[in-house]
Amino acid sequence: MAESPFKADIERVQKEYSEKMTPGAIVYIPGSSVINKTGSWRVFMPEFNREKCTRCYLCYIYCPEPSIYIDEEGYPVFDYDYCKGCGICANECPVDAIVMVRETK
Amino acid sequence: MPIRTVMKANEAAAWAAKLAKPKVIAAFPITPSTLVPEKISEFVADGELDAEFIKVESEHSAISACVGASAAGVRTFTATASQGLALMHEILFIAAGMRLPIVIAVGNRALSAPINIWNDWQDTISERDTGWLQFYAENNQEALDLILIAFKVAEDERVLLPAMVGFDAFILTHTVEPVEIPDQEVVDEFLGEYEPKHAYLDPARPITQGALGFPAHYMEARYTVWEANENAKKVIDEVFAEFEKKFGRKYQKVEEYRTEDAEVIFVTMGSLAGTVKEYVDHLREQGLKVGVAKLTVYRPFPTEEVRELAKKAKVLALLEKNVTFSVGGALFQDFSRALVNLDERPKIVDFILGLGGRDVTFKDLDEALAIAQRALNGEEFDEVNWIGLRKEIL
Repeated sequence: MAESPFKADIERVQKEYSEKMTPGAIVYIPGSSVINKTGSWRVFMPEFNREKCTRCYLCYIYCPEPSIYIDEEGYPVFDYDYCKGCGICANECPVDAIVMVRETK
Repeated sequence: MPIRTVMKANEAAAWAAKLAKPKVIAAFPITPSTLVPEKISEFVADGELDAEFIKVESEHSAISACVGASAAGVRTFTATASQGLALMHEILFIAAGMRLPIVIAVGNRALSAPINIWNDWQDTISERDTGWLQFYAENNQEALDLILIAFKVAEDERVLLPAMVGFDAFILTHTVEPVEIPDQEVVDEFLGEYEPKHAYLDPARPITQGALGFPAHYMEARYTVWEANENAKKVIDEVFAEFEKKFGRKYQKVEEYRTEDAEVIFVTMGSLAGTVKEYVDHLREQGLKVGVAKLTVYRPFPTEEVRELAKKAKVLALLEKNVTFSVGGALFQDFSRALVNLDERPKIVDFILGLGGRDVTFKDLDEALAIAQRALNGEEFDEVNWIGLRKEIL
């Protein structure tokens, strides 16, 4: 799996972040939103079929988060820590290599 | 040398702002406060005050612009009254929650309906739960002084809360009185530059202000506003003492007048305190044991001082220009709360008077005194009394 481009940020924030309340609830760690794993909101998750994928990158381009990275071979990788299951990637995929399935935990 | 001159409270407030050297003033005109930003815009236009004067389309925008400027790290000031302050309402909570030391001058005015441009305290009293500090001026000099004091307290690192300074519509805003304008150098020494350590806009030190507070953090954030209000009590005393040292004028959270051996103590705020002092002098000449206490600071509520005051009197007669419907005045609630768990406490009688610019006369105060004396003599009395009502038109 490809590494998240935010890996360094996530690690830095995880190290520096403190829950200690500040005057005005000001957050002094830049980029601290990465520790808020918004993927927990998801109801549907994208399911990827590598066989069908033509590596057109449309899912990667359209993902609004962005929660899709491209691996060394040019295939999309889904970051389920932040993917909210909006379904845009599945909607844009011209070869139905991505389908949205109800997530069960 | 300080300049002794004569001016209206609105001008005194503008002078206070000029002396405090805010970098941003955003304001929208409203009676009776219009003259404050008008005068400040003159100072800016004449090059006497180096500040950004933002003309906005509403009071909601005025305070929002102040929030933005203060969050960017500069001293900010605005002025408003009544409906204007009410329109600011939601942003007032934000300014306090974000701990931005904005100062507002308020020409205390009644709220509609019926529409009314004259004095009472309903506008600021209605904002008592926003987290803002509240000061009330008895005269024009106090309006000037308390704005300088408000900046100093608001910006103190132990406080970091916005503050409003109220002075009565027309009775003060449009009445010319002698006022001493302090020296700029002494004010500079007193206030200093505003150098925020908590809230600023600096690309080299990126921070997030005004972020979402989930249930896991919201209560703690609100609690820090509670703590800051508690801290403000001590800071206000320190700043009052420093102000007296520098400028020679003494302020107290609760200022007492002829309360020694008093059986009945009137309690009030703002310019009404002047009237009641005069009334107390008049009663003392007749041998009546009465005094008056003035709340210069209403938020944070001076609980300790009020408890000390309560030890001195048999009856506290609260004279207030505001209503909390079906309860009484706001002071009645606050005083009841401050004294409820004490083993020994005076009777509290509440008087609602002077709403919407109705003059408060000695005749009205006689009416209040008669009820307070019933309480003093152990007779039956009404807890909440509307004084000076024209019963013939009801």
